[in-house]
Amino acid sequence: MLRHAEPVMGTVFSFAVRDATLADLAPALAELHRLDGIFSTYRPQSDISRLARGELELGQCDPLVAEVLDHCTAVGRETDGYFSARAAGALDPSGWVKGWAVERASRLLTQAGFTHHNVTGGGDVQCTGEPTPGRPWRIGIADPARTGQLAAVVTGRHLAVATSGTAERGPHILDPHTGRPPVGALSLTLVGERLARTDACATAAFAMGPHRALHWAEHRPDVEALVILDDGTRLATPGLGRYLAPGPAGQD
Amino acid sequence: MRRAVLTGTVTVAGVVLLLSLKPHGSASAQSAPVIASDSERTAASGPSAAPSPSAGSTTAPAKAGTRTVTGNAVDTRYGPVQVRITLSGSRITKAEVLQYPSESRHDLEINQYALPQLNQEAISAQSAQIDSVSGATYTSQGYQRSLQSALDQAAH
Repeated sequence: MLRHAEPVMGTVFSFAVRDATLADLAPALAELHRLDGIFSTYRPQSDISRLARGELELGQCDPLVAEVLDHCTAVGRETDGYFSARAAGALDPSGWVKGWAVERASRLLTQAGFTHHNVTGGGDVQCTGEPTPGRPWRIGIADPARTGQLAAVVTGRHLAVATSGTAERGPHILDPHTGRPPVGALSLTLVGERLARTDACATAAFAMGPHRALHWAEHRPDVEALVILDDGTRLATPGLGRYLAPGPAGQD
Repeated sequence: MRRAVLTGTVTVAGVVLLLSLKPHGSASAQSAPVIASDSERTAASGPSAAPSPSAGSTTAPAKAGTRTVTGNAVDTRYGPVQVRITLSGSRITKAEVLQYPSESRHDLEINQYALPQLNQEAISAQSAQIDSVSGATYTSQGYQRSLQSALDQAAH
């Protein structure tokens, strides 16, 4: 199993790829750095920064910019307006870009024939195939109430797992309706199949607050939710059960 | 049909009611909540335990000292709450919540979303044999402190 950690997009992307060498990752790594160059809000010369300043029209940007903004609009519609590329006022589609970048890197690996791999970017996971023959991937969900511990282990052969929360950066996710951070939960994890949408929806669902989010997720066929409340209590949509590793500690 | 029982207590207009709540079916989240009553609760202090008289209660005539009292909707910090109680003498035999604010669904939802398979204990990352970690790690500094970082280093 090749393991590689790549600093990019202000965070670190981790790769676990079966039957691969580092050279096999080159196209996926190049794509991540290219996307960072287009979408970084920290780089003054990125397309997204120049678009935000009015130096570029949308039509002058890389075509991916329009595609990403369309996706942001679609996620906003699917989540009762709890997702926006302008949640804090300024143009910032980062809530879509990171998970989407992980999914694109995963797809490049699959297209190159590496069908058993796990790509994790800034705590959001896309995995496919099996790490070893006959065994599904096992993804730990960090417990924000207990540093260094896990709240749950989910398992599967084609999984997207995205977590939003206040653990690292404090209350930075805003409810676009109020401009204020949501209250009640430390973190919210969505489990689905494709990370781009799963990750953006996790950001939106966290902004909803825990109870609206659980109701919302329960009626979405493509995602299941795990919420960890401020007091550490764990709640989940009933369908999450099919992803949970057996045994109380996931090791029976 | 799943059925959850709310064991928390809800204070409405001075009456502490133990409610049995029937959550929505899995296919109809937005349907009106159906709230049945727990019977045989004894009012703490006789008729004064009924919804506040200032709430404009109405009394329905009934047999053998039984009466129902509907309180006006009372605004709380979470939204309007309205109850109807049935009394036999000074004893509350039935309590129904006609309206409750969405936030008072909190306890109901804790029951509804408490998965039996979801352990509330901590899981040691070392013993769980995981391949990667999902967590709210957004920055490279956060990565340095994360379980994912430990996993990546262990593999080298």
